[in-house]
Amino acid sequence: MTENFEPTIIGFTCNWCSYRAADLAGTARMKYAPNVRLIRLMCSGRLDPTFVLRALSSGADGVMITGCHPGECHYIEQNYKALRRYLLLKRVLKGLGIEPERVKLIWASAAEGAKFASETTAFVEEIRKLGPLNWGKARDQLPVISEPIQREEVAA
Amino acid sequence: MSEKKLERVGVYVCHCGTNIAGTVDVVSLAKWAEEKLKHLGVVVAREYKFMCSSLGQELIEKDIKELGLTRVVVAACSPHLHEKTFRTAAKNAGLNPYLVELASIREQVSWVHTDKAVATEKAKAVVAGAVSRVIENKALEEIKVPINPNTLIVGGGIAGIQAALEIANAGFHVYLVEREPSIGGHMAQFDKTFPTLDCAACILTPRMVEAGTHPNITLLTWSEVVNVSGYVGSFHVTVKKKARFVNEELCTGCAICQEKCPKKVIDDVFEAGLGYRKAIYTPFAQAVPKFPVLDKENCTYFIKGTCKACEKFCPTQAIDFNQQDQYVDLDVGNIILATGYDLFDARRVSNYGYGRLPNVFTNLEFERLSNAAGPTSGNIVLRDGKTTPKSVGIIHCVGSRDKNFNNYCSVICCMQGLKFAHLVHERTGATVYNFYIDMRTAYKAYDEFYQRVLEEGTLFVRGKVAEVTDAARYEHEKGKLIIQVEDTLIGKQRRIPVDMVILSSGLQPRHDAKAVGKQFGISCSTDGWFTEKHPKLDPVATMTEGIYIAGCAQGPKDIPSSVAQGAAASARVLDKILQKEVALEPIKASIDHDKCSGCRICNGLCPFNAIAFIEDDQVSDINPALCQGCGTCVAACPAGAISGTGFSDEQIMAQIDGLLFRNLLPVEA
Ligand SMILES: Cc1cc2nc3c(=O)[nH]c(=O)nc-3n(C[C@H](O)[C@H](O)[C@H](O)COP(=O)(O)OP(=O)(O)OC[C@H]3O[C@@H](n4cnc5c(N)ncnc54)[C@H](O)[C@@H]3O)c2cc1C
Ligand code: SF4
Ligand code: SF4
Ligand code: FES
Repeated sequence: MTENFEPTIIGFTCNWCSYRAADLAGTARMKYAPNVRLIRLMCSGRLDPTFVLRALSSGADGVMITGCHPGECHYIEQNYKALRRYLLLKRVLKGLGIEPERVKLIWASAAEGAKFASETTAFVEEIRKLGPLNWGKARDQLPVISEPIQREEVAA
Repeated sequence: MSEKKLERVGVYVCHCGTNIAGTVDVVSLAKWAEEKLKHLGVVVAREYKFMCSSLGQELIEKDIKELGLTRVVVAACSPHLHEKTFRTAAKNAGLNPYLVELASIREQVSWVHTDKAVATEKAKAVVAGAVSRVIENKALEEIKVPINPNTLIVGGGIAGIQAALEIANAGFHVYLVEREPSIGGHMAQFDKTFPTLDCAACILTPRMVEAGTHPNITLLTWSEVVNVSGYVGSFHVTVKKKARFVNEELCTGCAICQEKCPKKVIDDVFEAGLGYRKAIYTPFAQAVPKFPVLDKENCTYFIKGTCKACEKFCPTQAIDFNQQDQYVDLDVGNIILATGYDLFDARRVSNYGYGRLPNVFTNLEFERLSNAAGPTSGNIVLRDGKTTPKSVGIIHCVGSRDKNFNNYCSVICCMQGLKFAHLVHERTGATVYNFYIDMRTAYKAYDEFYQRVLEEGTLFVRGKVAEVTDAARYEHEKGKLIIQVEDTLIGKQRRIPVDMVILSSGLQPRHDAKAVGKQFGISCSTDGWFTEKHPKLDPVATMTEGIYIAGCAQGPKDIPSSVAQGAAASARVLDKILQKEVALEPIKASIDHDKCSGCRICNGLCPFNAIAFIEDDQVSDINPALCQGCGTCVAACPAGAISGTGFSDEQIMAQIDGLLFRNLLPVEA
């Protein structure tokens, strides 16, 4: 059933580490799966779990949360708070009957462009295996907005 | 969506030459935005070759004025590069700069994907996200904060000294914190410096003295920064001044204590383990400041309770065994980190025998050996202290350009190897071999020096040395160190017997670079060097405003480049000081007192103690001067009473919707 399934994923990045890792992956022309669309926050600590729920209920098949490595947060320790919320959020998702693996926390320093790229591709594959989320009725009721993404290049 | 009045949004898609246009169909992207995002308020979408060019910016400015745009989205490169450019353009046209959003379709799309259809599709999502978000943006005013004109410089090597002198000469105060008893750094240990063969001390000590006596420089040696808080313009720093056990007010630097102290200690730091110092010592004769340091760990009095020879002989009663560590609080506006490098530990390349074969030396040991003020008074001799070598092998790239150790080139080792070859020749007449992978002698007068050393008769063998051994196979190898190497120019294995081997250990980040970086809120590259803001265009600034880097702390480099960076960093600081105030991003959290339930959940969340509870009103409140805008409290407030400018819930929710193509017009509509 997931043959032609191209996951749509929302990725949250922090301004100081993981967003810069994404920039670095770009500057170094590293290729990764095109399914993740990024949002920049100042810090992973800004991540309100309702953002994740909103994304999942609005058509995203997965959510990637990224930030500085533990101990390296620009705001000292806020990523630990993100970690706590993440763990809690996974329990909530389970309670809602959604695979907790649809949300993943990834640490990437500003120097880890390669890690950002490979983790992104790996996460896309994980979500591909899980299949579409179709949470609630949201997805079906979305207006048709654009041509479907073509498959071939995805593995590049 | 609600019946809110529509904003007037302009979308500007940049080709970036072919950087974007090569992978994203920019023309159809702009067309799509103009058609499909109309209901969000997009009134115009244009594409242009280089949006960041003057013409590109004028295009946007013109539209703002003529079409009455109230929001702008620029689909181009990372906001970390050009956000400022486009915000300024908006400002010039009378639009609040914070009503501009960048959609990164280069770093996040064209450079990381290959299929044009897929990339264009993603670019549409990114643009839709930015448009949805920008309509929720609020006009913000920059926050201006005053700049404290004092500067902290950490590390008193040549880079830090240079920076300190530049700022001090411009009339501003500098606190120069150095961990060792004296400033000078690695350069103070050298004999000669390439390529000019200037005596290192002769060119360095005048700078050290100038720094030591400058009315605008406060030297804090034998000191370390233990705490940093605040932000650009007003950092608060606590420096631990370790007890010297010498009263600096009384000490005249006569050095009698050092003479009389009966306790000899191997000097692992300055003499690289080749020489001795006393338990009370200054690392070298020209040390700045002149005051000695009593090393408690090795002092007989501190170990056994008797001795105090230094106290007895000190003519000014400067020795103070009761001295305690002191903590000094400083307020500074800017900080320069010039903490330098550590040397690669040559023991790690066990096949080169350092630490096992006595006549294998490191480069730093050789600097001390050839230094007239060093343990052998400049005589180049074997470990026995008397035999002059008849043949010497210098091995390059030890620990550098090596997958097993450091991948990078340490930059200075080729030139340093040539310098050593010259010195050995000049002083001993020995046959000298240089074993190199590639000779790298770029920069002014460097290759000429290489030619000179070639002409002096130094032999060069191209190949990575496999092993240094004392296991002789032939008669002529007996009692020698044999260098086993594949000479890649003649394609042959060679065994070259020598009396002395010098290993060009590479430079590596300070062992505590990561911790120091963390303390000052800056990051390190994967190799461990401090990361600059931009590798080409902003090499001495960091991502954290007000924190600059200079010298080898940023990466391996020679003295001229370290000095240039020290001066460059100081220019950046002076620029800040002269502006008297700095504009900060107005990204702050605030609490709506009417919504706050007084639950206090947010109170403990802020690492900067910006949130306080007002007992009288039973609500929490945020001090905007302390808030750094991380947004953690915003996400945590169960009452939704906290909002964050620049990254509000509305903005983020809208961006999610946009990225997921919600709220878009149906294709056939
Ligand atoms: C064997 C050898 C020979 C060389 N010969 C030459 C040459 O001939 N010509 C040339 O151009 N270059 C030469 N170089 C390179 C040269 O050493 C460097 O370019 C230069 O010393 C870099 O200066 P710096 O100030 O950045 O670092 P450093 O000299 O390492 O100084 C850093 C200073 O910061 C202090 N520090 C570190 N951490 C802290 C902290 N946390 N708190 C407080 N203080 C701290 C250190 O104690 C030190 O004093 C040579 C290098 C080697 C290894
Ligand atoms: S206490 Fe004794 S050992 Fe220590 S410095 Fe003084 S004389 Fe030397
Ligand atoms: S946004 Fe961050 S820094 Fe500002 S008050 Fe909230 S927790 Fe503190
Ligand atoms: S700033 Fe990156 S996680 Fe906090």
